Amino acid sequence: MTTACPICDASVLLEEETLRGELKDCDECGAELEVTSTEPYALSEAPQEEEDWGQ
Amino acid sequence: MRIGLLHSVIRKDEKMLIEAFRELPGVELVLMDDREMGFQPSRDRFRLDLMVARSVSHSRNLNIVRLFESAGVACVNSSTTIDVCGDKLQMSLALQNAGLPQPDFRVAFSEKAALDVIEEMGYPVVIKPVVGSWGRLIARINDRDGAESILEHKATLGHYQHSIFYLQEYVEKGNRDIRSFVIGGQCVAAIYRESRHWKTNTALGAVAFNCPVTPELAELSVAAAKAVSGDVVAIDLFETPKGLLINEVNDTMEFKNSVSVTGVNIPLAIAEYMTGVVDWECSNV
Repeated sequence: MTTACPICDASVLLEEETLRGELKDCDECGAELEVTSTEPYALSEAPQEEEDWGQ
Repeated sequence: MRIGLLHSVIRKDEKMLIEAFRELPGVELVLMDDREMGFQPSRDRFRLDLMVARSVSHSRNLNIVRLFESAGVACVNSSTTIDVCGDKLQMSLALQNAGLPQPDFRVAFSEKAALDVIEEMGYPVVIKPVVGSWGRLIARINDRDGAESILEHKATLGHYQHSIFYLQEYVEKGNRDIRSFVIGGQCVAAIYRESRHWKTNTALGAVAFNCPVTPELAELSVAAAKAVSGDVVAIDLFETPKGLLINEVNDTMEFKNSVSVTGVNIPLAIAEYMTGVVDWECSNV
């Protein structure tokens, strides 16, 4: 299954087991994307890193 | 058993953990997006046996775990561990109270006091925010000019927490440090993180290689986990001529770059440990 990158409109491949909330990279423009829906598949730009994120 | 997995965005680490839980029989996994839920104290509407705290946000992890603990749900890690690991000063004090080796550190609460401390410690010195990750806003200060500039910027532009000046001895660690993984009191694997930069976070481009788990490394890693009451934690250590020093303990460890290089299925080890915790709790009710 593919859906369009919201940044560059290139096709982004999503596997059957893709989860809502999962991060994906666009191979074309390199943008980090979040899967915001799986029925139907939709992508948006991933949230910006916040100050208390990570380890 | 019902296990909740608290998350924000689902990174590769969470995806690997989800897949590991789904391999285990008898586990019903409930995905909980912290951006979509409201919470009520002392109430667990998910009827969980255990919650795995994997939010990418430290403050959300800590506060949501507190809420679930108030409802009697066991959480891994606990709010105590998340609280200590999320604050470098608390963590350093916990390591010190446990008598564990770490780089020398000092704390000051004004620019003047911080500058005095830096001059006393000598250059270079490392300044870190007490709350923060992935090497962000950590600076190596090489001289007095640099110290004055960085302290002024932090005090003027930063959140009040940036005026808690945490200062650490600069440790010459070559081009690498060690990250070890402790699960349920066992050191299951370790990696070297190599970089040409003095910061060796993989988030900043450091490359992971397998690191043999020596008895010294295992003993120190397990002791560090115990010092913060951590069930599933990663320990960062520096190799020095005096032996290993513990730099920090991480409560929401990332392992996506470590599975293939160590050959250890870290997410599966975590999932198996968690189900063991539930079994133990059920048999001791």
